[in-house]
Amino acid sequence: MSEIAEKVKAIIIDKLGVEASEVTPEASFTNDLGADSLDTVELIMEFEKEFNVSIPDDQAENIGTVGQAISYLEEHAK
Amino acid sequence: MTSIRRVVVTGLGAITPLGNTAPAYWEGLRAGTSGAATITRFDPSKFKTRFACEVKDYNPDTYFDRKEGRKMDLFTQFAVIASDEAIADSGLLESGVDKDRVGVIWGSGIGGLKSLQEECFQFERGDGTPRYSPFFIPRMIADSSSGNISIKNGFRGPNFVTTSACASSNDAIIAAFNNIRLGLADAVVTGGSEAAITESGVGGFNALKAMSERNDDPASASRPYDKDRDGFVLGEGSGALVLEEYEHAKARGAKIYCELIGGGMSSDAYHITAPDPSGEGVVLVMKNALRDAGIQPEEVDYINTHGTSTPLGDGAEIKAIEKVFGAHAEKLNISSTKSMTGHLLGGAGGIEAVACILAMQHGMVPPTINLHTPDPEINQALNFTPNVAQERDVRVAMSNTFGFGGHNTSVIFRKL
Repeated sequence: MSEIAEKVKAIIIDKLGVEASEVTPEASFTNDLGADSLDTVELIMEFEKEFNVSIPDDQAENIGTVGQAISYLEEHAK
Repeated sequence: MTSIRRVVVTGLGAITPLGNTAPAYWEGLRAGTSGAATITRFDPSKFKTRFACEVKDYNPDTYFDRKEGRKMDLFTQFAVIASDEAIADSGLLESGVDKDRVGVIWGSGIGGLKSLQEECFQFERGDGTPRYSPFFIPRMIADSSSGNISIKNGFRGPNFVTTSACASSNDAIIAAFNNIRLGLADAVVTGGSEAAITESGVGGFNALKAMSERNDDPASASRPYDKDRDGFVLGEGSGALVLEEYEHAKARGAKIYCELIGGGMSSDAYHITAPDPSGEGVVLVMKNALRDAGIQPEEVDYINTHGTSTPLGDGAEIKAIEKVFGAHAEKLNISSTKSMTGHLLGGAGGIEAVACILAMQHGMVPPTINLHTPDPEINQALNFTPNVAQERDVRVAMSNTFGFGGHNTSVIFRKL
């Protein structure tokens, strides 16, 4: 797993209080990992901070699963 | 409107500088212990006041899962902890109560001060890019306390927070009382909480010259009615009550502590922080409470005073008590439990109501500690329950709290 993927997983585990085994690429933040709309906003903010990127709202809307977050950040992280 | 109904207390909860449950709090009160010590929540070394009455041995993980806990400011955590204890004590949930008829009316004078402070610090330290947490506002707003209590328990009745500085909890209790007696709810979780032992809280109250600066001896700093008092000691925590309509409580066989028989409110209309030295607003509030309760002053056994240990406020309240109670004033037990707990601001009325009710239950009046050199300006013929708890069959207890803004509140409990 890439370093970015490891970091993304760690953030999700920390912020959503879930087990590492639950954080699969297909896992949806809201449907599988118990996030509400505010948790999702916080996750995006943490990704921005950790990876020093700015994720526009219209793109953030497309980041709904662990895998989508990892792909987006692998592409955009500086 | 339905007819006026009677309201009783069926549950108690507390997390305080003297103990983290209502029974532990009572043990501290009865023993006359001080909750004051050097501040641990931040480095106070440059502050004029470097001590406070903190809740001890507190770890949010004991009460909340980590994700849940970090979405609440400390004042909301305290609110949920104390109300959980009161709700469990009442047996309300197990009784199959209609949750549409249960409200939460809570008091907080300040709300999430730490959350506000932290988010603002963080922004100021950054490059101007706003990175406010989506949980910032819900953590900070004072009503997140009543909101979280209702969400946790599914209580869908009236829900709001009262804010009147140090009178907030009593205003909440009175609003809860009114909601039940007017038939708008059958039970209401009420009380209040505060957690303002932060840099901005201590610095702000220091700037008002309201707090004791007795850094060399924190445990003796809160000394209401003592000649050498020099201001209040900041406290934190929460006190919770379950109020319930009398017939509703009887029908489910609930344990009933006592009846809430009266609530009074008034305003000094004088100054935003200084108490009116004439004490007129305080006379008025106690008269209003007695009238609402429909009792004579002579029926009151115990007054848990506002008594914050400030030079001006303590004397004004006692003069008002002498005016309202006349010769009976000398027969009362009077005590300021703030001598032990410190001043919980918007949470004060919550823990002090709990103190009054437990005093009734145990037949014991908690003391005013640190009263060693009586202030000659204050009538010392009154019984301030100095330093040691006194046995007394407390049938009627009054609890006073007054707040910056000139808000005065008084509630009266009576044994059934």
